[in-house]
Amino acid sequence: MSEVPLHRQLGLTDWENDQIPTLLGREATGPELVMFSLMWSEHCSYKHSKPLLRNFPTEGPHVLQGPGENAGAIDVGGGLAVTFKIESHNHPSAVEPFEGAATGVGGIIRDILAMGAKPIALLDSLRFGSLDSSRSRYLFRRAVNGIGHYGNCIGIPTVGGEVGFDDRYEDSCLVNAMCVGIVRHDRILRAAAKGIGNRLILFGNRTGKDGIGGASVLASAEFSHDEDKRPSVQVSDPFTERKLMDCCQDLADHDLLVALQDLGAAGLTSSSSEMASKGGVGLHINLDKVPLREQAMTPAEILVSESQERMLAVVTPENVQAVIDLCEFHELDATDIGEVVEGDALIATFNGEEVVNIPAHFLADDAPVYEVPQTPAPPPTPLDLATVPVPTDLVGAWRDLLRVPNIASKRWVYQQYDHLVGANTVIRPGGDAAVVRIPDTQMGLALTTDCAERHCELDPRGGGAAGVFEAARNIACTGAVPSAITNCLNFPNPEKGHTGWRLAQAIEGMADACRALGTPVVSGNVSLYNESSARMIYPTPVVGMVGLMDDAAKAVGAAFVSEGDVVLLAGSGAPELDASEYLGRAEGAPTAPDADAEVALCRFLAAAAEKELLAGAHDVSAGGLAVALAESAMLGRVGATVTAPAADRPDTALFGESGARVIVTCSPTNLAALQALATDVPLTQIGTVAGDDVQVTVDGATVRLSIADARSAYESAIPEALM
Amino acid sequence: MTDHIAVIRFPGSLDHEAAGRVLREAGATTIVVSHHDHQLPQGTTGVVLPGGFSYGDHLRCGAIASRTPIMDAVRSFAEAGGPVLGICNGFQILCEAGLLPGALLSNDTQSFICKQVGLEVVDADTRWTGDAAAGSEISIPIKHHDGAWQGDPSQGRVIFRYVGENPNGAHDAIAGIANMDGNVMGLMPHPEMACEALLGSADGALVMGGVLAQGVAA
Repeated sequence: MSEVPLHRQLGLTDWENDQIPTLLGREATGPELVMFSLMWSEHCSYKHSKPLLRNFPTEGPHVLQGPGENAGAIDVGGGLAVTFKIESHNHPSAVEPFEGAATGVGGIIRDILAMGAKPIALLDSLRFGSLDSSRSRYLFRRAVNGIGHYGNCIGIPTVGGEVGFDDRYEDSCLVNAMCVGIVRHDRILRAAAKGIGNRLILFGNRTGKDGIGGASVLASAEFSHDEDKRPSVQVSDPFTERKLMDCCQDLADHDLLVALQDLGAAGLTSSSSEMASKGGVGLHINLDKVPLREQAMTPAEILVSESQERMLAVVTPENVQAVIDLCEFHELDATDIGEVVEGDALIATFNGEEVVNIPAHFLADDAPVYEVPQTPAPPPTPLDLATVPVPTDLVGAWRDLLRVPNIASKRWVYQQYDHLVGANTVIRPGGDAAVVRIPDTQMGLALTTDCAERHCELDPRGGGAAGVFEAARNIACTGAVPSAITNCLNFPNPEKGHTGWRLAQAIEGMADACRALGTPVVSGNVSLYNESSARMIYPTPVVGMVGLMDDAAKAVGAAFVSEGDVVLLAGSGAPELDASEYLGRAEGAPTAPDADAEVALCRFLAAAAEKELLAGAHDVSAGGLAVALAESAMLGRVGATVTAPAADRPDTALFGESGARVIVTCSPTNLAALQALATDVPLTQIGTVAGDDVQVTVDGATVRLSIADARSAYESAIPEALM
Repeated sequence: MTDHIAVIRFPGSLDHEAAGRVLREAGATTIVVSHHDHQLPQGTTGVVLPGGFSYGDHLRCGAIASRTPIMDAVRSFAEAGGPVLGICNGFQILCEAGLLPGALLSNDTQSFICKQVGLEVVDADTRWTGDAAAGSEISIPIKHHDGAWQGDPSQGRVIFRYVGENPNGAHDAIAGIANMDGNVMGLMPHPEMACEALLGSADGALVMGGVLAQGVAA
């Protein structure tokens, strides 16, 4: 028998529980207590991260909507806006990876729908434990299946993202999903409820008992492998969400909505309280009207069910029938469940009795805010290179590095995702950023997700910045100009150890980089408590970046293109082994990014692409120069002969990592013009595109790897690990 | 004469917009016909059943869509000799409707596969391969989970075979097959995704063109 008091079972602390009667001036009803527990959870209220998040730059001339709405939005010209957000579904995915990952995708799509936008691309940032672990293989395989199931069936191309593997994610895998949509400025919808007497229309799926307590019990506590939590995971239905997507666009096209909000974490409770609080109005909900999937649901269950594929709209009385008719055409339920009322209260009635009457802002805005402890971690010690012997077989080391799952081809993943639906995918997964043409225009959107988690573990401020700059380089390699970011801050328990300090530092670093690049943060999400009794994850602040180009036909790929093209190294980064993939662990003291060098490099790449001087461009990241050269050769099916800039040791020259380094190729006829453009970026000619192998001379010695050998290592690693 | 192409849209259809765009750029007019409808629009000269997950692939891919009222109209149109093209889920629907032989089973990998594939033109004597010669090769992407065609090839005309690797375990590596008359064609690869060089290949245009050339009035 459990003696744990109800509020603690619901995830409220004793102190928080004591605040509620003070606020209300009376004891909370049963349903009200459940609503408080959900809305005051970390997942819904950001109570441990809110004060730190204020440090992000969120404004810019092109920002149409910053954080606080369902998603951020930026102006891309031509009266069009791009709206995007990334969100975590980590804890559900660790319990039930297929449905957890699938509903993560579904949830982020509805955030974009709620902006009135048409989703045009998805990306996913994933972290799992080592592939040596059977549990991690299971989670990886099933999460990828779930993402594919949802994205493929709903018909939004999954064009990019990343996957990483490290023991630190063995108990807490990360599944972050990003959706990007397009909407006309004058059609952007917002969540604020308005207009006393307007009706509340709930449409989409029926409400069931799935996902109850998802935000509090699952997402806001440390993790134990507890089978009992499985009922807290929601169930996905992408076919219904496709109908919901078509229906939302139809409703927006007919201008039938006053406000729109999706039902995500905490279900009807969060959507209604946020709509009321943002609009400064009250809402009256008749719970008897909510269409249920199963009998005998209590008012609390109806209020917090996280059943998927549901939306809540505010509609003027004269448009109610038109909205219901359109939903019917799309074969969706739509029900008038209440109205906008005077005051500020969220009122719910059940069987004719009032069961909830709370000022909406108590739930939506007035959750307690905690300052997390800021205990600095000791500064990292530089790598003692004497402990890392230079390999006698550099070619073997190169081949081995191509087989490391963090570097190896992710074809097994992206081949299971429809990355082409919509017929606008200009650069497919497998290179740097993906490029998607904005439908019915010539404009291109470059999209990427990135994170430098090992760097963050050692130096959260430098690592936070490094993730943003890596995203920017990936965007710039395609020829796009970095425009804005969304982020998902995945961290362990902020109340313990150095995590609070690391969170604050990472935010500072990301904010510095965003200011330098002019890429404000327009949306985001925080996922804390990603730790078990045995392990905590690296600080993993994932960056989702969007870049723009006027003409998608000018997009540049990562591949080597033509024999005889000149290979150059752009940027000033000096390779080092600290925290590198070659070292294979978070050790050493990686150099913090050079913001000026990064910004100059991005400008140079975008300008060179605009003038159509580049044949290819590829970021030098994990695995260093040797891996980057091999990747471009495999993509282009043509090799290169290169002399690597000298370093203190040959393995550092070949495999060392740094920021601000990109391989570019150009035809000999464009070389002079490219060099003339590189006024504030070091640009070194290092070789020529040629042959069937990649040949690198370092310090007078030459290493050579055939494209066929590189490919057999690079392509087989992940499929073989999963056999 | 302008071609008037009906693009049939079921709940869960995904590639109707891409198919329509390609056909309009080729000079045709297109109209999206809903599964609610019982008739093709007056003057329809060709029909496209687009890719997607009609009815969420519930029951069996294409099974529910094949029994909707609009499919009776498509059958009459096909029997009168009108060109009908089924792409991916559209191919599955045409097989389920009995307008094409065989059936599409799960890929032998048991996974969804999205990749560029090479196709060999096997039979160059129908409207679906433009001026390509038998034995020539084109490049078009596939994206499906249930694309392994199984059946008796002698019940129809094999138009395309996968070159090199058979990606899904299809019988005899068959990627696309037409009826004996050659006016109804289904294929798993997506020609509508390969009609401009910017997207990686323009080879799909010759397949899409099949629904346009020598249109037969309904």
